[in-house]
Amino acid sequence: MNVDETDLPGLGRRKDFMTASGRRIGVVEYREGQTELIVSTWDDPDTCQASIPLTADEAAALGNLLGGQRLAMQLSEAHREVPGIVTRQFSIAADSPFQNQPMGKACIRTRSGASIVAIMREGEVVPSPGPDVVLHPGDLLVAVGTQEGLDTAASILRNG
Amino acid sequence: MDPLALTLIELGAVVFCLGLLARLAGRIGMSPIPLYLIGGLFFGAGGLVKLEGMHEFAHLSGEIGVILLLLMLGLEYSASELVTGLRRSWQAGVLDLVLNFLPGAGLALLLGWGLVGAMVMGGVTYISSSGIAAKVITDLGRIGNRETPVILSILVFEDLAMAVYLPVLTATLAGVSFLVGLQTVGISLAVVTLVLVVALRHGHHVSKAVHSENSEVFLLNLLGAALLVAGLAAAMQVSAAVGAFMLGIAISGATAHSATRILEPLRDLFAAIFFVVFGLNTDPASIPPVLGWALVLAVLTAATKMITGIWAAKRAGIALPGRFRAGAALIARGEFSIVIAGLAVASGVVPHDLAALATAYVLIMAVMGPLAARFIEPVVRLFRRPVSRAAVPVRPAG
Repeated sequence: MNVDETDLPGLGRRKDFMTASGRRIGVVEYREGQTELIVSTWDDPDTCQASIPLTADEAAALGNLLGGQRLAMQLSEAHREVPGIVTRQFSIAADSPFQNQPMGKACIRTRSGASIVAIMREGEVVPSPGPDVVLHPGDLLVAVGTQEGLDTAASILRNG
Repeated sequence: MDPLALTLIELGAVVFCLGLLARLAGRIGMSPIPLYLIGGLFFGAGGLVKLEGMHEFAHLSGEIGVILLLLMLGLEYSASELVTGLRRSWQAGVLDLVLNFLPGAGLALLLGWGLVGAMVMGGVTYISSSGIAAKVITDLGRIGNRETPVILSILVFEDLAMAVYLPVLTATLAGVSFLVGLQTVGISLAVVTLVLVVALRHGHHVSKAVHSENSEVFLLNLLGAALLVAGLAAAMQVSAAVGAFMLGIAISGATAHSATRILEPLRDLFAAIFFVVFGLNTDPASIPPVLGWALVLAVLTAATKMITGIWAAKRAGIALPGRFRAGAALIARGEFSIVIAGLAVASGVVPHDLAALATAYVLIMAVMGPLAARFIEPVVRLFRRPVSRAAVPVRPAG
């Protein structure tokens, strides 16, 4: 993927690329630290249809959503041979009982049989997280297990 | 009445009126500069109300306003941005300079204002208002647009050109001989280069010297340094504004960003007073005779800025609508045109009509610029061959 980086003197920096559908998409990073998501219009890739200011948390969450989807798709692909095994993503809400707690406290594998195989955090992947990894609000957990096991895991993460 | 009381009342009334004008400008989405100028015309020489008490203070405040305007212009871009901007877009910058300096200079010669007048009017028509341009780009949500770096790099070039132009202008206005003038220009070029090198290599030292975590200390340091440098520059026959500008370039990085934030309210206040003082010193009765010329100049230099923007954007591989947007964003002239005209008027060697022409010209351009930038897009779309959605090549269904 070829991402263009352009200096905006006095303002910051723009990072964007062309999508296969002919739209330009990317971010503007301001010197003061704000981030803006930009999407071009469909008929003129030079102009912006939307520039959406994102807080640091929102940018991280969006990055997780986009990256997590890809990871989940790859995992589903890998597990296709095994019938009954599904991949699902769980996000840690701001009011989750396990936020800022080590993951081991939730005992997900023991209680549901599902495994957390990765955590998406701020656009980065934490592969095979151990029980001592602390969960933060906005984290995206990628879990593998049976349909029922994953339902149980979801309810554990939501309700404790 | 007690003179102090009179001064306070006048000053308070003027600043309060400026507040109302700025609010009105914000409401209708235009730059407040033309309204400040009109306010000044209204109060000043030959205007409806004559203000005597605040004259001294207003004059000094106006000078501080110029220093702050130039200091913040210097702070706007870091030295490395200036250097890469220069390297990448000097062709567009030179085209901009030639196309937009000549109309003003030519008209001044035509009106018999001599070479000094030509030098001044060339500067007035050359320099775009980076303040208005930046505001227009932000307000119209065009920061992510592809033509925006093109516009910004032209503004960066103008920024650098000012560093050379202002000392030359000051020397010309002081009426020095050609040789002495050449010497001044040589010195100022050497100083610009030196400041850039120092800012690139040791910018953090300069920044460290003025920086403080305490915003009160920081503000006093900055303001003190700016006035000191400006005063020293003025004592050395280089204009005070140039000194402040150089200081702005030398301060870089995070210090420059926080300096911008901390100085903004002060700049707004003193620059507003500067515009009023400029208007105060211009007789409203002198405007109508030059209005025709101002209009001619406005149309001509709007066209030359359009050509500059279109050419530069085309070189950057931008499609037709973006080229027009780039041209239109550059049209606005404002604060720095008035600064140049103000320097000329203060020196007393240019005819009074020049101030009137510059005022009328900036009044037109500061209003026309943002309007042009806003309405160029629908206009271009109107004339463009309509593209049907189905004709767009790789758009997936849905």
